Amino acid sequence: MNAWASLVSALPFEWAQYGFMQYALLAVLLMAPLFALLGCLVINNQMAFFSEAMGHSAFTGLAIGMLLGLQDPTLAIAGFAVLLAVTIFAVRRWSAVPLDTVIALVMAIVVALGVVLLSRGGGFARFSRYLIGDILTVSPREIVHLAVLLGSVLVLWAFFFNAVFFVSLNRSLAASRGLPVWLIEAVFSIVLAVVVAVSIPWVGLLVINSLLILPAAAARNLARSTRGYVLGAAAVGLVSGVAGLICSYYWDTATGATIVLWAGAVFALTLVIRR
Amino acid sequence: MVLERINLHMHCGELTAVIGPNGAGKTTLLRALVGDLPHTGALRFVHRGDVEDSRPLRIGYVPQKLDLDASAPTTVLDLFATATSRWPIWLGARRRLRVTADKALAVTDAQYLLRRKLCELSVGQLQRVLLALALVPVPEILLLDEPVAALDQSGIERFYQTVSRLRTDFDLSILLVSHDLAAAARVADRMVLLNRTILCDGSPRAVLLDPLIRQTFGFGVAEGDVEAEAARNLTHETCPLPAGGTP
Repeated sequence: MNAWASLVSALPFEWAQYGFMQYALLAVLLMAPLFALLGCLVINNQMAFFSEAMGHSAFTGLAIGMLLGLQDPTLAIAGFAVLLAVTIFAVRRWSAVPLDTVIALVMAIVVALGVVLLSRGGGFARFSRYLIGDILTVSPREIVHLAVLLGSVLVLWAFFFNAVFFVSLNRSLAASRGLPVWLIEAVFSIVLAVVVAVSIPWVGLLVINSLLILPAAAARNLARSTRGYVLGAAAVGLVSGVAGLICSYYWDTATGATIVLWAGAVFALTLVIRR
Repeated sequence: MVLERINLHMHCGELTAVIGPNGAGKTTLLRALVGDLPHTGALRFVHRGDVEDSRPLRIGYVPQKLDLDASAPTTVLDLFATATSRWPIWLGARRRLRVTADKALAVTDAQYLLRRKLCELSVGQLQRVLLALALVPVPEILLLDEPVAALDQSGIERFYQTVSRLRTDFDLSILLVSHDLAAAARVADRMVLLNRTILCDGSPRAVLLDPLIRQTFGFGVAEGDVEAEAARNLTHETCPLPAGGTP
């Protein structure tokens, strides 16, 4: 951590001299590519709305964490997101209701429940941190957690990418080649739920889904192969992450939202180039 | 959709056509066979002399289409890589894999498509790519889901030529699902009429002349039509006459 701090402070910029910016930069460097990688499969599996629901469920997870008297609500947020993912997954498996309807219903109920629980006694404002996120408060300890999470997702990635990708192309075709289709989809949903939930305090639940979708969508516009798609998404994630962080310092704005604006600008650019 | 009492016996090198109206459960049958839908009962692989093979049957499946949108950057090579290898495709395809894919595509004259994006292929091209993929590794049974539904006449001819060649080259057992009675009758050794259960099972001639065809499809097949179809495919001449006679 110290080595990182001295490395960044060697940069000839004002922002690079502050500890909170050094940590935030490291967090962005870890998170942006992770989100971009996940985003590629989210788009392929048409799960953009699902991941949105995962983000919004953070309210209820937070409220449950409060009720349980937990010091750090992250565990409650992640736990509830996983529960929700499994529920949506089960409804999809055993019911004929269209998936987007199920998600919209569940999301509306869950957000309402979270707001009701959190607004009891009129103290909702103190939870606005979770709405817009605050990456500048990330502590060295939390960065270590983030690095562990990123590491495990990357390992899981190496083993699961082809399988998840194949299932997204055609379920029956994947099944015919011996892949446990339902298990693969379940594991991917749960990983997605955990990553989204754990990142909410820093990115904010209003914009977290854009961070997942935009880099991948931008890379998709220009890629000529899956390799270009994935690596391109990671690159867009990194560039917009760093640019957004630095701009948020000078403009004094919320970092998560600033990053998303950058990613959105890159997406618009790729759209123009594609034309 | 629930199917019941499905009992099919298929031999190597034999092409069985499953026909039935829309909603009969043709695709459901295939999805159950590949293991994508729950089912009771089992698929058994029996060698000559009634020796049962305990390993799972190798299935080659050719779906009607892939779930791709027009912006998907997935190439034919990506498809082969993701289906046949654990090496993450975003790290790039290995040389051995490229060689395998190239060889497989050659079987269906689709080599030149290796680097193309899947979403830019024509229906016929995609069909040939998916057929090539289904043959790696060579399966014991090949399932074709409405393979010619979206092809033009020359595409249909070409596809059936390829399938006939594969059947003899690889001694494959092929199950073809179709709602096109005439085309199915022309290539099949055996025909199965499906509507939630197996209604009728026999030579294409016998099945087409069965009264159940009229009941199921609302129209009959005249004896003359069947003769014409049979004349185009001599293997059907030895088929017994149907018990039901002309509908």
